[in-house]
Amino acid sequence: MSTTFDKVAEIIAETCDIPRENIKPESHAINDLEIDSLDFLDIAFAIDKAFGIKLPLEQWTQEVNDGKATTDQYFVLKNLCERIDELIDAKGA
Amino acid sequence: MRLEYFQMIDRFTAVDVGARVARAVCKVPMESPVFVGHFPGYPLMPGVLLIECMAQTTGWLVSALTGFTGLPALAGVKEGKIRNAVFPGDELEFEGRVIHEGSGYAIGEAKGWSKGAPICDATLTYRIVPYPSKELRDGLWQWADRINFPAREYAK
Repeated sequence: MSTTFDKVAEIIAETCDIPRENIKPESHAINDLEIDSLDFLDIAFAIDKAFGIKLPLEQWTQEVNDGKATTDQYFVLKNLCERIDELIDAKGA
Repeated sequence: MRLEYFQMIDRFTAVDVGARVARAVCKVPMESPVFVGHFPGYPLMPGVLLIECMAQTTGWLVSALTGFTGLPALAGVKEGKIRNAVFPGDELEFEGRVIHEGSGYAIGEAKGWSKGAPICDATLTYRIVPYPSKELRDGLWQWADRINFPAREYAK
């Protein structure tokens, strides 16, 4: 978890020019860090590349739009890192 | 090149969806209202239209990779470089590569040449958005035929 978070925080800091110390596990990418959807595509690209996965952004967006999930589940960074770890595990399974 | 219609590609010369690469050619028209203003007495192909040439070359490839399930809307241009001037009558060649197919987005790299010399290159981000109408999607097949893009082969 900490390794995944460190890597994700580095990606966000570099991609969005946000000071690393402002990026916490509890930060919400959109509400707290004010990352917009286009910048999040750059982050998703960097995450996909770094971890060898494909973040299911379309599915997440659909779930949020349908009221089946909240943005917290995918965009609070500790939750995002959990999703990433699940995708890494699923890839290795 | 149908400059006034923003249909930049004349013809695809190679499409390898498996290898995620496509090549296309086009000829800059000798006359166009674009050249009346850009620039008076010195017709010069606007650099932003070279970006569009790269975006369309790679965009068709993104469409094929995603089965024409959505419109690849240009969302980002990074490291865009215009390396040489392009004039009316120049014959251009473009190559587009998709380097990443994400969920709802794709990243491409594109380059252009004139007489073998590099004229432009860029990294392009596309959002894959739903087609705004069935008519737009259906209209793509005729456009694809005109520019020798095997669209029907990849349409889901």
